[in-house]
Amino acid sequence: MITTKEVEHISWLARLKVNEEQLEGYAQQLNSILDYFAQLDEVETKDVEPTYHVIDVNNVFRDDVITPSLSQDEAIGNAPKKQDGCFKAPRII
Amino acid sequence: MITISQTLKAIDESSYEEVVSQCIERIKNNKLNTFITIAEESALEIAKNINSSKNHLQPLAGVPVAIKDNISTKGIQTTCASNILTGYVPPYDAHVIERLKEAGAIIVGKANMDEFAMGTSTETSHYGPALNPWNTDHVSGGSSGGSAATVAAGEVSVALGSDTGGSVRCPASFCGVVGLKPTYGIISRYGLISYANSLEQIGPIATNVKDMTLLFNVITGYDSRDSTSVQIEKDYTESLVNDVNGLIIGVPDEYFGEGTEPAVEKAVWDGVHTLEGLGASWKKVKMPHTRYALAAYYIIAMSEASSNLARFDGMRYGLRLTKDHDWHTTYSEIRAKGFGEEVKRRVLLGTYALSAGYMDKYYLKALKVRTLVKQDFDLALKDTDVLIAPTMPAPAFKLGEKISDPLTLYLADVNTVPINLAGVPSISLPCGFDNGLPIGLQIIGRHFDEETVLRVAYTFEQNTDFHTITPEVR
Repeated sequence: MITTKEVEHISWLARLKVNEEQLEGYAQQLNSILDYFAQLDEVETKDVEPTYHVIDVNNVFRDDVITPSLSQDEAIGNAPKKQDGCFKAPRII
Repeated sequence: MITISQTLKAIDESSYEEVVSQCIERIKNNKLNTFITIAEESALEIAKNINSSKNHLQPLAGVPVAIKDNISTKGIQTTCASNILTGYVPPYDAHVIERLKEAGAIIVGKANMDEFAMGTSTETSHYGPALNPWNTDHVSGGSSGGSAATVAAGEVSVALGSDTGGSVRCPASFCGVVGLKPTYGIISRYGLISYANSLEQIGPIATNVKDMTLLFNVITGYDSRDSTSVQIEKDYTESLVNDVNGLIIGVPDEYFGEGTEPAVEKAVWDGVHTLEGLGASWKKVKMPHTRYALAAYYIIAMSEASSNLARFDGMRYGLRLTKDHDWHTTYSEIRAKGFGEEVKRRVLLGTYALSAGYMDKYYLKALKVRTLVKQDFDLALKDTDVLIAPTMPAPAFKLGEKISDPLTLYLADVNTVPINLAGVPSISLPCGFDNGLPIGLQIIGRHFDEETVLRVAYTFEQNTDFHTITPEVR
């Protein structure tokens, strides 16, 4: 069971603000979905390897050469806040 | 509905500009909400100049095409139907868009979808749902609902969608058109805004198998910018052969489970018998892990989503609030305002499933179940050529019917998600109607064996007339 306290913790981890009054609702919804997920416990998987990737493609390399890419103006073109050709982020320290 | 050849004929009889402008008029005049952005100016500009470029010699020269709004289009707003990407204009084209442009196709706009492709009805779109052309009280399906609805409504002949857990096949089924989820790796995902990388593929949607294959041919091919892209060059139009003689069809009982409408079950079996009458044979196959696929799929998809969607923080693009606080509060508030309810739920659950102490229980367990689901396909397709099953257990449901309970909505995906877990190809095409709403049948094949899937689909279509029935769009 996920408690409202845990929803608060997850929302902190996910950088996703959940208001106090929404915590209970989320806890209920998440619990009903997790109850459904719990049916996987029935499946015996002791000797089963996990599948991360369905197609047999491994270690794709390319030559380390410089190719054309976006200009600085294009790269920051969509930024809502910018300054001196850089993205402007909130103050960190 | 209109075909590519009808579009090309209309161009011959009038002009590129006339055809594009008529297409845009149709889009503007409908009440189906199929598009988020209409690229009127750029589409008309390209149509005007197409004769002076060498593009008029290309296979899709001047053909209007709709693009799902999670595929990056240079200079055309791309929102993923999310408030958090309002106003975002990509500075580059996705690989499939480069291919379409080289083939002469004209992008007329960005099709409506579920927010970040998370949904089965387009009801999670920030821009409101795309309606079903057969009955506007019903959903168009999701998440590529706008792409399928615009094709079904006869606005364009072809469209691109993306399929993470059924998002091309579900709306194709609900709207009575043809849609393909290709083998994982056949189409580059470069420029597709990621939801769950290990599951999703871009897929073509059209009114018939031939048009869909022409579009598929254009967008496939190796691309070094997607490290999961595979090196395969084929001309898939060679698979359009009206012959299933000697082919063996597998029919898994597990895909006709609880909740399957009797009309759907009958229409799909009628389809199997149609192919039997044309020389194929069928046998039952067992796929025992099917019942666990849905839970495994949602755990994997949500986990990947929680990681992929971490990039949306308002710094480089998208929504930013006027006032900055400390960085944690700033990001958290932007994301709370920018994401809709379903996206938030999936990000929270995915974060939980990947968090310390729960990762083995949920994420790792789901990846192991994925292995078992994939083995079911390997075994079932060992002595059969294709599998046939209902795409969706029921025809399109009503708007508002399922959206209030997330789990009920997830259950609608029960027949589509196993295909994405296994990475195999599957095409959905119309095989009947129930109360005026289309029913879809899916043909599933082995990895990289799109040829057999297309051949069976083409043969079915050539010998039935479901694809010729079109909705009266009001």
